[in-house]
Amino acid sequence: MKKLLASAAVLAAVSAYSTASYAGDAPYYAIIAKGFSHQFWQAVKLGAETQAKADGVTISFEGPNTEAEIDKQIDILNAAFAKKPVGLGFAALDTKAEDKALKQFADAKIPIVAFDSGVANDMPVTTCTTDNVAAAAEAAKQLAAAIGDEGEVAAEIHDQTSATGIGRRKGFEDEMAKHTKIKIVDVKFANEAGKAADDIKAMMTAHPNLKGIFASNEGAAVGLAIAQKETGSKIVGVGFDSGKKQKDAINAGLLIGSITQNPVGIGQCAVSSLTKTLKGEKLEKVIDTGFYYYTKDNMSDPKIAAVLYD
Amino acid sequence: MTATTIAETESAKSTFFTVATLQKAVAFAVLLLLIAFFSFTSPVFLSWGNAINIMTATSVNAVLGIACTLVIISAGIDLSVGTLMTFCAIMAGILSVNLGLPLYIGIPGALLTGAAVGVCSGSLIAYLKIPPFIVTLGFMRALYGLNLVMTNAKPIYFDDQPNYSLISPDSSISLLIPGLGIPNAVFVMLIVAVLAAIILNRTILGRFVFALGSNEEAVRLSGVNVNKWKVAIYALSGMICGVGGLLISSRLGSAQPAIGMGYELDAIAATVIGGTSLTGGRGTILGTVIGAFIISVLSNGLTVLSVADQWKFVATGVILVTAVYIDMRLKKRA
Repeated sequence: MKKLLASAAVLAAVSAYSTASYAGDAPYYAIIAKGFSHQFWQAVKLGAETQAKADGVTISFEGPNTEAEIDKQIDILNAAFAKKPVGLGFAALDTKAEDKALKQFADAKIPIVAFDSGVANDMPVTTCTTDNVAAAAEAAKQLAAAIGDEGEVAAEIHDQTSATGIGRRKGFEDEMAKHTKIKIVDVKFANEAGKAADDIKAMMTAHPNLKGIFASNEGAAVGLAIAQKETGSKIVGVGFDSGKKQKDAINAGLLIGSITQNPVGIGQCAVSSLTKTLKGEKLEKVIDTGFYYYTKDNMSDPKIAAVLYD
Repeated sequence: MTATTIAETESAKSTFFTVATLQKAVAFAVLLLLIAFFSFTSPVFLSWGNAINIMTATSVNAVLGIACTLVIISAGIDLSVGTLMTFCAIMAGILSVNLGLPLYIGIPGALLTGAAVGVCSGSLIAYLKIPPFIVTLGFMRALYGLNLVMTNAKPIYFDDQPNYSLISPDSSISLLIPGLGIPNAVFVMLIVAVLAAIILNRTILGRFVFALGSNEEAVRLSGVNVNKWKVAIYALSGMICGVGGLLISSRLGSAQPAIGMGYELDAIAATVIGGTSLTGGRGTILGTVIGAFIISVLSNGLTVLSVADQWKFVATGVILVTAVYIDMRLKKRA
């Protein structure tokens, strides 16, 4: 939280004094996330902090206000560079737009590890991420099975431009294309529960025969649950990620289940990959941090419960 | 106030009042046209269920729009309504969940918080003469940060307060008339609108809202304590943001600390589309409610027609600019 305040304060001031403030004994990694609008990022942060303690390093964990503020994230990157970190963990809001800011790290031989969302160049030594296409395809499979493999479906995707948004939409659409009796009638975009709920209720009105909806992140899934509750609809819903409200919705039967990534694992992977790289280890280009499909029945399974967050 | 200035303000108000009525009529006609258009192009748009969807989607924006309207008529501006809404929602959460106090403390607490923040921003504007745009821009950002600090960036869930859902998603009227299904949020919006309209048109505070917006200097010269009234206007606006905070947190069953930024632009859009002049002195509550309905009918209608999401923003943008153009034309004629 201190770091968040720092980022909200005047960035110039930060870059002026921070060189001194971080010049402690422990190596310092700058970890830059996509924002704080979902509990997902708190879980990533927890993983990063746990791993930092284990590796004996200090980290900062910062991000822009919302997941649309690419320009703000570039400013945070620039400010982080001024702090002279020995490593950078970075969850890109855009796969290309931030190349220039990233390049200063590469030029200074500071290793970069991408996490959550990758970038479209080879500057990062590795990318710690969920295979979003495969994860959304699994959601599509579960949805298809639940509606008897035929009928109309729709999707509420959290955004149009990031790698996770694009990947989950593709995974869902590609898998549904294999189910010849299923038709995707609409795809909408919202990243906030209230707005997603209004979107989904309009879709339900537009398509009275709609049988299933996929919601691609926490905000969209909670919106889906609100829409189900407010309309009393019996449409089958499959969500993504967790968070208390989404877990409640699954327990209440509003959603049949959700895909969870491993956010704690993503945070751990970002920090441990930097430590390994600095020790001279070679890493795979992509480290799959895994995903699970969870329902009311396996939610308390220790393996699943460990990666779900409130 | 001397007799001359009263006469002046009165005459100014009555001329503008007709323009406002005319523009309200234009906004209402646009709303009807949109509804007619979507009803003809989509077989499912015109249904009771969808009407409820639209009303629900309008409620928060209309309430924030009303908060903006009061300030904008007085020739001010409020960019902090969105994050203030969230701030009040969090205060309701802290009082009634974290501290476990009953809702009859938590709810007024949230409203008073809104009013208190309004007193702060209003005082900076009135006494220190900092432009309202700057003060409320600062408040928008500062409150966003405080929202995250106070909650440690974690939502506050109202699970321990089951009655909290009575504010927005529950439908009390359905107990009287089964199947009607209008959520309480819609009635809260209507109550806020009626009260705000009464304050604006029937009380001394309302008179000063218009007077400050038309000619602040004249009011000041007539010996009125302008600053005091300005603070009161921002306090009232802040309290209405508190109602918005109660509505959204009740619907989401939680106070979500990261939301709010961007809501001010929708609220200002509703205000302007509804015919409130950004230069002050003119505007109505009903116009703003119609403006908020225009925005949500557009959004819902285009979704029902399966038009790609991006065009929603294009359409609201076009309507906004058109509304301001009409506003300017009408003003010239008056």
